[in-house]
Amino acid sequence: MKASAPLLEVRGLTLRVRSTGNVIVKDVDLTMAPGEIVGVVGESGSGKTMVGRALMRLSPPSIERAAGTIRLAGRDVTGMSERELRKVRGAEVGLVFQEPMTSLNPSMLVGDQLDEGLRLHRKHARGERREMILSMLTRVGIRDPKGAMNSYPHQFSGGMRQRIMLASVMLLQPALLIADEPTTALDALVQRDVLELMVELTRANGTAVMMISHDLPMVARYANRIVVMHHGQIVETDTTEALMRAPREDYTRKLLGSIPRRVPARGLARSDTPIVEVRNLAVDYAGRRHSLFGRAERVRALADANIKIWPGEVLAVVGESGSGKSTLGKAIAGLLRPNSGEILYRGEAVSKASANWRDYRLNCQVIFQDPNSSLDPRMPVAALVAEGLRQDHAMDARARNARVAEVLEEVGLGALGDRYPHELSGGQRQRVAIARAVVRRPAFVIADEPVSALDVTVRAQVLELLAELQRAHGFSCLFISHDLGVVEQVADRVVVMHHGRIVEEGARDEVFDCPQHDYTRRLLSAIPVIEAVDGGFQLKWRRQGGMAEEGADQEASEGPREPAEARRRIRAGTARTDDKGVAPV
Amino acid sequence: MMRHSLNLVLGGTIVVLIIAVAIIGSFWTPHDPLLIDYAHRLLPFTPTNPLGTDEFGRDVLSRLMAGASASGVIAILTVTLAVVSGSVLGLATGYFGGWTDRVLMTFVNALLSFPGILLALALVAIFGANRYGIVLALGLAYTPSVTRIVRSNVLAIRERDYVAASRTIGNSEVFTILRHVLPNCTAALIVLATSMFGWVLLAESALSFLGLGVAPPAPTWGNMLATARPYLTQSALLAVCPGLCISIALLGINLLGDALRDQLDPQMRGVR
Repeated sequence: MKASAPLLEVRGLTLRVRSTGNVIVKDVDLTMAPGEIVGVVGESGSGKTMVGRALMRLSPPSIERAAGTIRLAGRDVTGMSERELRKVRGAEVGLVFQEPMTSLNPSMLVGDQLDEGLRLHRKHARGERREMILSMLTRVGIRDPKGAMNSYPHQFSGGMRQRIMLASVMLLQPALLIADEPTTALDALVQRDVLELMVELTRANGTAVMMISHDLPMVARYANRIVVMHHGQIVETDTTEALMRAPREDYTRKLLGSIPRRVPARGLARSDTPIVEVRNLAVDYAGRRHSLFGRAERVRALADANIKIWPGEVLAVVGESGSGKSTLGKAIAGLLRPNSGEILYRGEAVSKASANWRDYRLNCQVIFQDPNSSLDPRMPVAALVAEGLRQDHAMDARARNARVAEVLEEVGLGALGDRYPHELSGGQRQRVAIARAVVRRPAFVIADEPVSALDVTVRAQVLELLAELQRAHGFSCLFISHDLGVVEQVADRVVVMHHGRIVEEGARDEVFDCPQHDYTRRLLSAIPVIEAVDGGFQLKWRRQGGMAEEGADQEASEGPREPAEARRRIRAGTARTDDKGVAPV
Repeated sequence: MMRHSLNLVLGGTIVVLIIAVAIIGSFWTPHDPLLIDYAHRLLPFTPTNPLGTDEFGRDVLSRLMAGASASGVIAILTVTLAVVSGSVLGLATGYFGGWTDRVLMTFVNALLSFPGILLALALVAIFGANRYGIVLALGLAYTPSVTRIVRSNVLAIRERDYVAASRTIGNSEVFTILRHVLPNCTAALIVLATSMFGWVLLAESALSFLGLGVAPPAPTWGNMLATARPYLTQSALLAVCPGLCISIALLGINLLGDALRDQLDPQMRGVR
């Protein structure tokens, strides 16, 4: 990037809540050159989204700008009238939000939505606009652009919707694109495709991109420069490379250090019988009903699952949304009835009718993904945890209280027993959920995405707590997650699921280092890895063969190889059909 | 916090006062509420009749006091009946779904398709036009709306993970419903129940007006309001008094309901 006149210049931006005067963003200075990709990274509450919104004066009404100037291409945005602003929004600055589900109008045809911006900001004839839309839809990888124009948003998958969103923004060829968590709601593979498309489109057009995200490795992959925010302030800003190699601030180092990393494999003594074994488990869901009296179509969510969970081990189940991993967990937990197959607990078949059901029920506990939903909002923490002991008739009230206090102490919530869930932070809430699951000292715990609702640094703490508890109590754990980074850190063995089937199973290092199945390889290649290298960090990108590839971040932002590949995928329509990855050993 | 306790104090005071009046009224009134005195018809305020007299010369204050217990008992019993039966149906249909839901909701929806007052009329005709007949009729007429509201709440709550968590702990379905599902429906239930008081008081007067309410000459606030209508031009007071009573009672109940809802919800109690 040449040091030309800055495209965006923010000086001393301070935002506060109108009613209370609480400052939520303080003294933010930010400069962006034309065509530059800047990543704004921070945890929830860091003010990163608020900065992005404030740039186009789109802050919610409860937030006001207390100080600071925003200059876009030399013009003062803060002094513009609404009328002038409207000419800038969309035409010069495009916005892409997190949820393509809600940012596209569900009752409007895709073609009309794309046309809206063009009609407003550009003087083209109708036919001309149509041609532009068609060619843009083709560029973003929509297979049947004519058909897509006459379809509604719900007819597309999340990834496709985000492509459409991108198309609608890029149609106007803005000078700046603000992308707020553009791919957070998407699966790893789709995420990579959409981001690569975004980078390719913006580079071709010379558009600068502000990528707002909580996902530092993902941003580091694409951004030239990274701005780290914390508590409404900029902590550190530097080129991606320098920031990774030698982070200056403690918080940056903490953020980078919190990213899950592989720990050495534990040697686990294997006993004769698995704690839980699943044989030929299959689950169907009722699908669409074609006629009023006809039978509902069956959709197979889980087919032929066979897994063994050995005492003391963490078996991770990874897969994208819809891969059947949660269904597997729910079926094992007895929360839904499998259509066929059996579950064995310590070598004996269990079902709701069998004599050992109760024993199994009490020994198999679940930690759910979202503590907001898994904790009854009307019960204080101690009561929530104590409920786990309700079925333990051998304990009297005093023993129960003592046990609850002990567990709360163990998860680091000793003094918070009389608080209600809403009075706790997200991480504390998940600790309550963990305490409830382990209070009865179960032999087996199912953790369904236990950390995916948490911020990076909190996630690291909760994972540490889980590992500690597991070391202390030795329960086996079925760890369900879409996040390969987390899995790489916690798992002893890994099961990979795809379209309701188990496609690969093995020891963690085997699966991560030389994946056998094609799908596993693609999945691994879609996530960057951050490794600690003498005092700093280094971003690595796995080859499709599975090996980490050094300096891939460099190549991605400069070299032509990656975008070319992305283009090929787009042309192929379905994307990702061209797996010419290095064959594993 | 301030506003919550204000609701509680104001609403509580009004409700306690009305209950006190109703209790006193059933034992003692300044005059006989049924005593007809044609010499003193439609009087305004007088020292002996502080709220005047009605078209038959009966003392309005005495009638209001006597009517308070009749109206109050009818309203409380009706609302309780509707809330309890509606909650049971709503919890069952919402939580279990499937055939339970389909069969029960078919009945409920059939009931709902009749206008409430028409349904109540038919039911009163069956149960008889006395106090308990009215309670049964109105209670059943209001059950479907409670059922639907509880059911829609339950449908959302059922999907929350804490319900699944309760099952993994080993709790029975009934315990899960009572401990985790029902308490999380209370906000909606309280709002519904408090507004239902108003509907019941007015529906009772409508029934009276049609000759199927509490039979005259026994007073209720509803039928006093209804019979005052022809005399509005001669003595507005006759309609204003029971009307005010109903309004104040509703205000008190609604304030109390709001306060109760906030008290029961830990999230409204403020961060400690």
